[in-house]
Amino acid sequence: MSTTQAQGPLAGAADYLDQRTGIASVVKGFARKIFPDHWSFLLGEIALYSFVVLIISGVFLTMFFVPSMGLVEYTGPVSTMSGQLVSEAFNSTLRLSFEVRGGLLMRQIHHWAALLFMAAIVTHMMRVFFTGAFRKPRELNWMVGFILMILGLAAGFTGYSLPDDVLSGNGLRITDGVIKAIPVIGAYMSYFVFGGEFPGGDIIPRLFTIHILVVPALILALVGLHLLFVVVHKHTQYPGGGRTDKNVVGFPLFPIYVAKAGGFFFIVFGVIALMGATMAINNVWNYGPYDPSPVGAGAQPDWYMLFLEGSLRLMPGQAEFVIGGYTLSLNVLIPAVVIPGILFTFLAVYPFLESAVTKDKREHHVLDRPRNVPVRTGLGVGFLTAFIILALAGSNDLIATHFSLSINSITWVFRIGFFVAPVLAFWITKRICIGLQRKDRELVLHGHETGRIVRFADGEYIEVHKPINDQERWLRVSYDAHKPLEIEPREDSRGVRRKGFKQDARLQKLSRFFYEDRVEPVTPTELAAAHSHGEHDQIDAHAPAAQLAGGSGASVSDHDADSHGHQH
Amino acid sequence: MKALAARRHHRFTPVVLLLLALLVTGGLYAALAPTSASADTAATDDIAAGEKLFLANCATCHGVNAEGRDEVPSLIGVGSAAVNFQVGTGRMPMAMNGPQAEAKPAQFDAKQTSQLAAYVASLGPGPSTPTAEQVDPALGDPSMGAQIFRTNCAMCHNAVGAGGALSEGKFAPALTDTTPTHIYEAMLTGPQSMPVFNDATITPEEKRDVIAYLVEQREGSAGGLDLGGIGPVSEGLWIWIVGIGSLIGCAVWIGAKSS
Repeated sequence: MSTTQAQGPLAGAADYLDQRTGIASVVKGFARKIFPDHWSFLLGEIALYSFVVLIISGVFLTMFFVPSMGLVEYTGPVSTMSGQLVSEAFNSTLRLSFEVRGGLLMRQIHHWAALLFMAAIVTHMMRVFFTGAFRKPRELNWMVGFILMILGLAAGFTGYSLPDDVLSGNGLRITDGVIKAIPVIGAYMSYFVFGGEFPGGDIIPRLFTIHILVVPALILALVGLHLLFVVVHKHTQYPGGGRTDKNVVGFPLFPIYVAKAGGFFFIVFGVIALMGATMAINNVWNYGPYDPSPVGAGAQPDWYMLFLEGSLRLMPGQAEFVIGGYTLSLNVLIPAVVIPGILFTFLAVYPFLESAVTKDKREHHVLDRPRNVPVRTGLGVGFLTAFIILALAGSNDLIATHFSLSINSITWVFRIGFFVAPVLAFWITKRICIGLQRKDRELVLHGHETGRIVRFADGEYIEVHKPINDQERWLRVSYDAHKPLEIEPREDSRGVRRKGFKQDARLQKLSRFFYEDRVEPVTPTELAAAHSHGEHDQIDAHAPAAQLAGGSGASVSDHDADSHGHQH
Repeated sequence: MKALAARRHHRFTPVVLLLLALLVTGGLYAALAPTSASADTAATDDIAAGEKLFLANCATCHGVNAEGRDEVPSLIGVGSAAVNFQVGTGRMPMAMNGPQAEAKPAQFDAKQTSQLAAYVASLGPGPSTPTAEQVDPALGDPSMGAQIFRTNCAMCHNAVGAGGALSEGKFAPALTDTTPTHIYEAMLTGPQSMPVFNDATITPEEKRDVIAYLVEQREGSAGGLDLGGIGPVSEGLWIWIVGIGSLIGCAVWIGAKSS
């Protein structure tokens, strides 16, 4: 921070800034900040960069878009639209697509970036979930991320509706139906939202304000908070030799990650631009201006809303009741409010739920391998299965036409599958995880199979195992196999009933569900015991003469050989 | 000419003129009348040939008199348009029982199809095959066609005619390869699950507008590959395959340690 040694205009400018803002210490701190290296840590960056692309292309679009539902006659170059009465929103969308230079490219970039934004958020969330990155101290950051996802849905939904075409209008009509299904206040809420009877003349300007001001501002603020938390907490790292909850093993931000992340921005932008340039998206001029009467076949929302569409499509219509002249539309309320409510609540509270049943108050900076927490991994896969089934159900007509199936059968398969498949997926995933853990134990205790069978002079066969190295062992033994909670008894020593026992018992039950089945990591004692039996493993080096017969094709299974060896 | 002019007051002149006039009239009649006479015989031949084809290929289900039976419609009064559509698109004769008769390579050539059509048309009055002018997309108004299509057709056939699902395995087929004549006949006759759009519901001019709109869709999309024209589901599929797929590939590449 010397004022006299400043050389050159750049150094001078930097010094000027530093003397007034003290920025040098910040830059120094950041430049030396260490980040661990793994491709899956870049998934969140895809979301961040698509958001940047969304803002850049979105600013361009606002220069030409007219958020009004006033009617005008279309006189532009699209022959299938000429002379039709359209809203100004629709008209300006067509104008910016066909008469503004680069407008259609920008619109398509914006839409593809929106789809990518949500896809990247979901993928990033999956990474965080399955590796347990949401554990203490990052539960709040999980919540921030969860809210960001909801805001992403809101941004997508409001933006999808802006062009005022038939398809987006259908989506708004469904929204109107869902609002009206809310008991008692539904009809009033609908009038409130649409400024009168649907579709009214207000919804487009309202959605516009939400889409370009409220939601992006919130996303921007929360993205800032999200990243601030990452800096405060430091980044998590995958397990491996030398990596603990007290260090970060990786490379400094400058120059490695500045280059990698900076380069990745251009790759993300490039992929989105390529998609925008070569793949048509949301050709609103084919759907036509909104009119409440027509609904086209294949009317679906963008992919991230498909689960809602599917939920509505799966729900049998009989669940509508008329009570004393008032209609209770459970056929809409359950699929459009209750089911998504349950799914989203699960996502939001999961970190708190897991920490409650684990009673683990330590900080965690080393990630879990998904296999080492079988129930969490199973729950995640079960959740994804439910989500995917709903999304597929939302595409049931396209599945029917493209695979020559009956739409009625598909719907029934999904109706049953929605309840059965997640449970099945949970169970299968859990068993696979436990199987992988057992395989890990086996590997740590006995080493790699080499396929070489040797026979001793006394006739005993064994398979030669190659011991695993320290890195491999660290990866497989450094995890916690949590046990179910132990709670205080119902009555204390004087026989007085304890307050809060029931709640504890419930928690214990849940904890048992999580941790009843577990595979403990190999302890040093077990390892030592295994090694003391493992003298045969070194047979190759010590007693080649003992090898009387051998070959990889021998039919003695290694397991038998091993257990035989242990009995000596 | 002088000789003629000199003799125009000859007393046989009216007789000669009368004979000449009769000759011209008779000649004209002889030149024009035989065409219709031969068309008649051709039509009669077509009907006869059509009946043979019908008895050999269609009567098993539709009955020898085309009277139909349970599940199989009577063909009396369906007109040549229905035959030209069903046989011309290969839907009839049906390959097998199924949710609906599916289009396949036509079994009969154009001549046989018209013979069959002539036979069925002779059974009772019905809508006839449209003329080339009636289905010429160049004469239609695609904007009007788009509006009619949106209100009447898109709910089954999708906004750009990419097709859609109906109940129990039935479906509204994609219209991307359907000929203008077949589109017109389908509207006119309402094959299978499709409703009839007669000339009072959608006038012949409006039918031509619809054809103009559908043909215009075949020129492709302004924005690039149309991804099947089936809307947000295919777009969502592609963002996961191309977008996330390629970016995860790049992330793995960037995350890989340089060695």
